[in-house]
Amino acid sequence: MTGNRPHVFERLPATAADREVEGRATREAVVDFWTGRYGLPAGAFEAYTFWEKGAGKVWAFAADLPAPADVEAVGMTFLRTRQEHWKPTTDAVQRFGREATRNAIELGPDEARRFLAGETQELPAWDGDWGYLIATHGIAGAIEPIGVGLYVHGELRSQVPKGRRRELG
Amino acid sequence: MDVLGRYEPLVDDPAAFRAACERPLPSVVRVNTIKATSERVRRAYDEAGVGYERVDWHDGLLRLEGGSPGNSWPYVHGWVYGQEEVSAVPAAVLDPEPGERVFDAAAAPGSKTTQLAALMDDTGLLAANDNNLGRLSALRSNAERCGVTNVVVTKQDARNFSLKPFGNEAFDRVLVDAPCSCEGTVRKNPDALDEWTLSHVEGIAGVQKGILKRAVEVTREGGTVVYSTCTFAPEENEAVLDFVLGERDCRLVEFDLPLDTSPGVTEWEGETFDPSVERAHRIYPHRNDTGGFFCAKLEVGA
Repeated sequence: MTGNRPHVFERLPATAADREVEGRATREAVVDFWTGRYGLPAGAFEAYTFWEKGAGKVWAFAADLPAPADVEAVGMTFLRTRQEHWKPTTDAVQRFGREATRNAIELGPDEARRFLAGETQELPAWDGDWGYLIATHGIAGAIEPIGVGLYVHGELRSQVPKGRRRELG
Repeated sequence: MDVLGRYEPLVDDPAAFRAACERPLPSVVRVNTIKATSERVRRAYDEAGVGYERVDWHDGLLRLEGGSPGNSWPYVHGWVYGQEEVSAVPAAVLDPEPGERVFDAAAAPGSKTTQLAALMDDTGLLAANDNNLGRLSALRSNAERCGVTNVVVTKQDARNFSLKPFGNEAFDRVLVDAPCSCEGTVRKNPDALDEWTLSHVEGIAGVQKGILKRAVEVTREGGTVVYSTCTFAPEENEAVLDFVLGERDCRLVEFDLPLDTSPGVTEWEGETFDPSVERAHRIYPHRNDTGGFFCAKLEVGA
């Protein structure tokens, strides 16, 4: 086992048996997280390669590269690992969360606006899991993911990053 | 310095040209088809009571009535990108296919990069490069908001762009939307001409030549390079094309645009250019009520 080199992009190992860097998430576990926790279809990430850069920051890339040295970004930031509860990014949830069938909480119009503004709100009616949920709302005829909310003790804490928050009228 | 006066000999109706340059431009958004259809975006604006007008030459462009496009659900969801309508021209001309290898040499802040990714259905490989760290951060954030996953972002000097991160393989298509004197954005930034100097134009033309030359080098035989600027200056447009035609194995190809345009000019201030630069398009503000733009398409080798 070697240590993580946080300044370079390194490919996630396929499975735990292939792991060479201590603590690194595996491709298998990343796919299982999305298909298991959020119910995405099994093939949702077949075409993707996954990379770690930074401590636990996993990137999803629609193509492949032999060894992406000296690059700033490979695909999009996708998931935070190396912490007790893995946390999807806002951008990943917006890009892939539409297909979620579990742990997605649909907000009403006012709730959606408050969520986007970064507020924590009481939502005791939720009877699903605690933890990181995909917050969605209905817009233009269908459900659309907004971002990630942390659900604990009957309240939904918006995880929308500061720069992405908006006060919509 | 009367910058626009320089170009009066080139335009058909100088008074209309000047008048158009003084009018502000409407706020325009491009639908990001990675995340939404044009129909769904229109429906969302209808629900929110946001007025818009469709741009007739491009199905994915909407002119918004007032307001800032950033403060709405379609923006939050990454369904739209605020982009002046002529700025949607070069990616459409490059016309990448899904699965191809594409390079955006001067990519930040990302309007064309995100448009290229959408045209590629977010598949294949899209290398997006810029040399400015602050602008790269805007590029990354715009690409992520638009849900782009096929992009590799690099921070290199495009004049010496290294293919090493890309397995030393050439690209199918390359966009050089070059840094320029930005005269054509005067309707959006009324002070765009205040700092204008001929030496700046000449300096930036040198950079453009270096970037375009390298772009041709990293494109495969038979591949396509699109060169565009938002300036009227022939020093930064036809003269740059003339230079690369003499330096590298490539040729200008004809292409159609669904806009009223003028051909590239073959003479400017005593200099003459390769006659094929006429195949480039000049877009003047008064002809289509847009910003000013220049766009050329090159075929490499073959």
